[in-house]
Amino acid sequence: MLRWIVIALVLFACCDAHALDPAMVAKLASGDGDEKVAAVAALLASGEERAAVLLKALADGEVQVAGSRVIIVKGETATDAISGAAIAALPEGREDVVVNNRLRRELEAAMAALKLVSPDRAVRAAAVKELSGGAAPAMLPLIRQALAKETDPDIKSALEMISAAMDLQGADRGARLEAVKRLAGSRDPNTKMLLLPLADKSEADEEVRRAAQESLKIVEARYARSQFVGLLFSGVSLGSILLLAALGLAITYGLMGVINMAHGELIMIGAYSTYVVQNLFRANFPGAFDWYLAFAVPASFVVAAAVGMALERTVIRWLYGRPLETLLATWGISLMLIQGVRSIFGAQNVQVENPAFMSGGAEILAGVVLPWSRIVIVGFAAAVVAGMALLLSRTRLGLFVRGVTQNRAMAACVGVPTSRVDTWAFGLGSGLAGLAGCALSQIGNVGPDLGQSYIVDSFLVVVLGGVGQLAGTIYAALGLGFANKLLESWAGAVLAKIAVLVFIIVFIQKRPQGLFALRGRALES
Amino acid sequence: MKRRSLFKALALSAALIIAGLGSPGVTAQEKKVKVGVLHSLSGTMAISETVLKDVALMAFEEINAKGGVMGYKIEAVVVDPASNWPLFAEKARQLITQDKVAVVFGCWTSVSRKSVLPVFEELNGLLFYPVQYEGEELSKNVFYTGAAPNQQAIPAVEYLMSKDGGGAKRFVLLGTDYVYPRTTNKILRAFLKSKGVQDKDIDEKYTPFGHADYQTIVSDVKKFSAGGKTAVISTINGDSNVPFYKELGNQGLKATDVPVVAFSVGEEELRGVDTKPLVGHLAAWNYFMSVKNPTNDEFTKKWAAYAKAKNLPGHKDKPLTNDPMEATYIGVYMWKQAVEKAKSFDTDKVVVAMGGQTFKAPDGFLVKMDEKNHHLHKPVLIGEVKADGQFNVVWKTAGPIKAQPWSPFIAGNDKKKDEPETAPKTVAAKKS
Repeated sequence: MLRWIVIALVLFACCDAHALDPAMVAKLASGDGDEKVAAVAALLASGEERAAVLLKALADGEVQVAGSRVIIVKGETATDAISGAAIAALPEGREDVVVNNRLRRELEAAMAALKLVSPDRAVRAAAVKELSGGAAPAMLPLIRQALAKETDPDIKSALEMISAAMDLQGADRGARLEAVKRLAGSRDPNTKMLLLPLADKSEADEEVRRAAQESLKIVEARYARSQFVGLLFSGVSLGSILLLAALGLAITYGLMGVINMAHGELIMIGAYSTYVVQNLFRANFPGAFDWYLAFAVPASFVVAAAVGMALERTVIRWLYGRPLETLLATWGISLMLIQGVRSIFGAQNVQVENPAFMSGGAEILAGVVLPWSRIVIVGFAAAVVAGMALLLSRTRLGLFVRGVTQNRAMAACVGVPTSRVDTWAFGLGSGLAGLAGCALSQIGNVGPDLGQSYIVDSFLVVVLGGVGQLAGTIYAALGLGFANKLLESWAGAVLAKIAVLVFIIVFIQKRPQGLFALRGRALES
Repeated sequence: MKRRSLFKALALSAALIIAGLGSPGVTAQEKKVKVGVLHSLSGTMAISETVLKDVALMAFEEINAKGGVMGYKIEAVVVDPASNWPLFAEKARQLITQDKVAVVFGCWTSVSRKSVLPVFEELNGLLFYPVQYEGEELSKNVFYTGAAPNQQAIPAVEYLMSKDGGGAKRFVLLGTDYVYPRTTNKILRAFLKSKGVQDKDIDEKYTPFGHADYQTIVSDVKKFSAGGKTAVISTINGDSNVPFYKELGNQGLKATDVPVVAFSVGEEELRGVDTKPLVGHLAAWNYFMSVKNPTNDEFTKKWAAYAKAKNLPGHKDKPLTNDPMEATYIGVYMWKQAVEKAKSFDTDKVVVAMGGQTFKAPDGFLVKMDEKNHHLHKPVLIGEVKADGQFNVVWKTAGPIKAQPWSPFIAGNDKKKDEPETAPKTVAAKKS
């Protein structure tokens, strides 16, 4: 990359490479904000090879000052910023050159302008995106030249937008009008900011103002559409999280009728399993760190399922048919699990890092970035639901679970080992909670109290969907997700939460059996 | 049956032990003084408050190693109010009446402080509160070692509006829904208006405690920022900050476009976050771990050694210090100095002796407790997040500045006195 920056500099600059102007470098290193910005522009304009090296080092935080000498430090080696000569020993008393947001913005724009002629399309595309936020007037010649040479249609149109944006500030009325009209086609979210001042009363030219207002309308309409798409996605995302959290409960509570207050803690155990697997990977296979989730998913399922089965065997089994005692016992267990985890891992939240492929996001429309972590979780939730449906409808265990749920006595008569099925079913529900924990660890906090914030939501989803109905759980989770997000964008997060709770209370009053009611004998028992 | 009677016996003996604890705070023959620590060790605020408990214990240990306070060894009584505001009041009452502590170091959120305040005033206890807060309060029984709004919020917003801070024209005031963010935002709104910012350029948003889904908020911020140069002022508290910053990073909202300045986010809160996408976002405090001076070097080294020795989770591998920890540390030492000056643990005498106390703080300045208003004179620092989770100081005041607990940006405050009312409340009410 650096090579191309250097070539770019040589292409656009007139002079040969020689030592930098020491006054400019000194200003860059220890001047105030204005001086630093001026120094960046001056160094960029000087077109010297060393300037590009220095600016890049500054953006990477590698420039230090030792006394009055400005040096570039990379690991244990240092070079003089002005002459480029290597320095044998690192001088004592070095201080970092502080780069603040303003300087960083200037540096990024400067570097981007230089990258416009890179032969790599991806590098050019990134550079164009960087500059779309606003380019300094000094860069106009660079952009014009890049525009003349650009062959890729996408990048070319983006470059045209940038040069149009720069024409806006110019004095040529025809060029400004042309630019305003052209910007109506821009997909960049920054366009609105460029057009706003022109559509304002402060704009002297009547015609430009009217054109700007029209363009602004088009841009705003496009922006509103993409915002709505983003809103829909956040509804799906919240819905998928609620679904994951509630799916395990749909089995233990919905199908088996156990009011499991420790469900949230099983989610928490899944999240901590992910944390442990992550640490094992970091310690033993740092190279394969991105793959830790492939192991964390089964691990969180197995650990949570094992804890759940142990719970069923030791406590819950003896309390079947006594909901109040079950509620109290599982609540006590949840407190014990929280305190246990707190004693082992500490009260503090632990850090679960996303694998590289799950950080950042995909920009699907102008201004709408869907985070990869959420996209992956939506997919994961869909996969878990599909897996569950297959398990319940196609396997022997699923058949037994359904049989025991519908008529325990009859199932026992025809030879179904009901108590073993109970254990397996409870283990399955717990394992699903563990999977939810694994997913939640990727977007939220992992702490001993993690489960507490999901237990209420989980019960809401299951009750709303209809006890004993998996399909109901899915609809309820997605419905609550959408409702929450739509209300939130309209009334704020606090009111949205209240409104959803009020809605559920009213709904349960009117329809105690939930969205979907089981028909038949199961309801009577 | 047998098992049950065993349980009974256990419960009985536990009750006896607890009852036995109610001995007076200062025992002359053993030369011990009891000191309370009231920080949430669980719940949503544990992320921030747990280390404050540890740093207070570290300071006690140091003082004890050097002979204690006036020859009395400090005996810490640590309780966990579990991020539960009414429980704070209950625990405070227990500390003062049962454990008879001489002083309490505690609280983070303003709602917890408001909850314990009547208890301290009623029982004439002494509280050291180590966190920046919204002001609008002065109590004879409380010393505030954190920042008042003019020592944190106002300078931060001034910086954002300056050329170096990006020249922000529009502001999103984003906070957790309780008294501190609401009051701070009220002050900031008045301040912004006094600077000519219009209401349509200010967007105020609140989320509940423990909120974890910031998708809508972040996309709303994006939408708002399309209308002009925008900055976000975050008063989000507790572990909600982790999902908030994760969402910011994932949605690609960069600090160079929309900087976020936070008042409750320090080194400790960023521990659970991948800070690489957050480089350049800001925090305003009176201390950062990265501040370079001999006092701070010593402080951070002591903390690292203490964390290792006590095997503190997280800190033993990656010791971090932050502003409220520094404020706690200052508070403990100032209390010790005041006790020694007053030659008594009596609340009234210590309160008088506190005025004018100075301490060489890790922020590099000699900070002073104001003679009258119970607040510290502190320097203001603004830092940008670095890739390693530390802060780069990009702006600071030349020296410590005096706190204004009654912000001039709230109507009616100009009539309030800059010192606690010592007269009974009813008289004060008649006066105003």
